[in-house]
Amino acid sequence: MRRFLLIAFPYVWLLALFLIPFAIVLKISLSDVALARPPYMPQFSWDEGIGAFLSQLDFENFTFLTTDDLYWKAYLSSLKIAAISTVLTLFVGYPIAYGMARAPEAWRPTLMMLVILPFWTSFLIRVYAWRGILSQEGYLNQVLMWTGVISEPLTILNTNIAVYIGVVYTYLPFMILPIYAALDRLDGSLIEAAEDLGCSRRSAFWLVTIPLSRPGIIAGSFLVFIPTLGEFVIPSLLGGSGTLMIGKVLWEEFFNNRDWPVASAVAIILLLILIVPIVLFQKNQQRQAEAEG
Amino acid sequence: MSQTVFAPWTDPAAKPLIRFKNVTKRFGTFTAIEELTLDIYEREFFALLGPSGCGKTTMMRMLAGFEDPTEGSIELAGEDIVKVPPNQRAVNMMFQSYALFPHLTVRDNIAFGLKRERKPRDEVDARVEEMLRLVQLQPFASRKPHQISGGQRQRVALARSLAKAPKLLLLDEPLGALDKKLREETQFELMDIQEKTGTTFVIVTHDQEEAMTVASRIAVMKDGALMQVATPSQIYENPNSRYVAGFIGDVTILEGKATKLGDAYEVRWAEGQPPLRAKSTLDLADGAECQLAIRPEKVEIHGEKPSDDNVLQGKVIDIGYLGNISTYHVELANGQIIRAQNFNTERDTRRAFTWDDNVWVNWTENCAVLLDH
Ligand SMILES: Nc1ncnc2c1ncn2[C@@H]1O[C@H](COP(=O)(O)OP(=O)(O)OP(=O)(O)O)[C@@H](O)[C@H]1O
Ligand SMILES: [Mg+2]
Repeated sequence: MRRFLLIAFPYVWLLALFLIPFAIVLKISLSDVALARPPYMPQFSWDEGIGAFLSQLDFENFTFLTTDDLYWKAYLSSLKIAAISTVLTLFVGYPIAYGMARAPEAWRPTLMMLVILPFWTSFLIRVYAWRGILSQEGYLNQVLMWTGVISEPLTILNTNIAVYIGVVYTYLPFMILPIYAALDRLDGSLIEAAEDLGCSRRSAFWLVTIPLSRPGIIAGSFLVFIPTLGEFVIPSLLGGSGTLMIGKVLWEEFFNNRDWPVASAVAIILLLILIVPIVLFQKNQQRQAEAEG
Repeated sequence: MSQTVFAPWTDPAAKPLIRFKNVTKRFGTFTAIEELTLDIYEREFFALLGPSGCGKTTMMRMLAGFEDPTEGSIELAGEDIVKVPPNQRAVNMMFQSYALFPHLTVRDNIAFGLKRERKPRDEVDARVEEMLRLVQLQPFASRKPHQISGGQRQRVALARSLAKAPKLLLLDEPLGALDKKLREETQFELMDIQEKTGTTFVIVTHDQEEAMTVASRIAVMKDGALMQVATPSQIYENPNSRYVAGFIGDVTILEGKATKLGDAYEVRWAEGQPPLRAKSTLDLADGAECQLAIRPEKVEIHGEKPSDDNVLQGKVIDIGYLGNISTYHVELANGQIIRAQNFNTERDTRRAFTWDDNVWVNWTENCAVLLDH
């Protein structure tokens, strides 16, 4: 019995916290808008029976998504922004992780702490703080003007550039930690062996360090890419009117248009798109576990 | 048999391949190697032997280029190599941990160094095949390191370090992970490869038997200094110090005071025990402190008192039977224990001596080694 409970627990958890909400969202996405509370119909009632209930569901909202350019453009734009942000985060995160792994043993816990530290304050406040840095009169422009690098303030806030900065800043730890873990495990004598066999420092890095930290790079990239794809706060706070991201569209459908069924359809499609990288991510983790085992 | 003996270290005209000149290596305030001077010649199979932490790996790493000496110079073929980075030295190292690249197959591991030389592809392939054949790993060429056994991994590491045909191959405890039988086989394989390729090998080991088996010369180290550098048989038969005598093989040490007597010395070593004679070229003042080192296999054991020199009387207190030999522990009247070894040449012999037997041990004056420190 205890064994049964032990096994059943994760399934119950999954059912309650993932599958049931998912089923509800799916159901809403197949419903129609209504001026009611909640703002969609049909509502299930025992009197009419399940047949009548199901017969009122349809894929109307999904076909609607294909008729308006906005949606697929938002999906594509989100994919693009997520991909570019992931690459940028990798370029910023890898050297940091590398530096941490190379730092004296005694410093490493402190460095790790510094990477995690920002998580202890509100994400919203931290992103909002970037507005103060990036705006026309913000610190960045002040510093650049003061040092004479530019004479006119740059417009960064409310552009995609600000979104990239926000994403890189927010998700950097997700990139750094898995790469650091991979580099930390890397046996230093492998680099020496490569040098011994005729590699320069640089080619040893490309031929040994990079391939051996690949699982960390892949894991970090997915950990940044997946949440960025549906990101809503960063584009809302830092992006401009030209920043098209599906998370923002979703928000507008829900709260501005009160069109829950279309918003749910958008969410379902987003989930379907995310399944691909999530499955790839799991494969990567599994392969890594096998290689170590 | 007019084979010339391989002993370039006895030839003053011979040029050493490696020359350590007054090399000192410090890590912070800790001195790992102190004022070390050493020549190693081409085609030598040179063994560094010593207890853990005596600086063997440090010496190898200085040769490979991973550590710089704090003082002194290291020459390879007459050139100072201290400033030469590891990837430009004609030296390859087989690492204590093998350091095989886990993301590459056996074949690619072996090809790794060759590919860095930008040689034509077919040349690289041919060399890799040759190496695979040499270490008998052809069937495993496309496996990854984690898919082969420990012994096979070790052979991959060897093949990889040999592939570039280095002038000097460094082996840091190459056989540490192997069981005894495989270890012995591999020792002979190593010697074979060394002979075939003509490469100079420097091997680190703390297994004295291994050093005796493979090496042309052995350096016995202690606390970052060389205690003795000589051929295995010289190290064994003529150790220059009590430390070396005790480090290699089994030995009984008796302490005493020497008196010159013709071409030998007489050593008084205990009240009530006869003085012992030992031939020696050492120059000791009369009454100087000295030690006598006696190997058990040089000690004969008798049931009746023999009429030779160096005879001591005692009682058998312990017998170690090792199959091919038996070691008798003989306790003298003053409590000193002398070990004597006998070969069991006949099968099923009734042991000549048993516990508590009254026996006499003796050895000739050539057999005991007189030491002054
Ligand atoms: N990088 C280093 N920093 C500080 N001390 C070191 C360093 N490398 C080695 N040592 C010290 O130098 C001494 C010699 O080390 P070395 O590795 O050469 O020993 P070894 O003879 O190879 O021992 P073992 O048989 O255990 O491998 C040791 O006391 C070690 O602690
Ligand atoms: Mg060592």
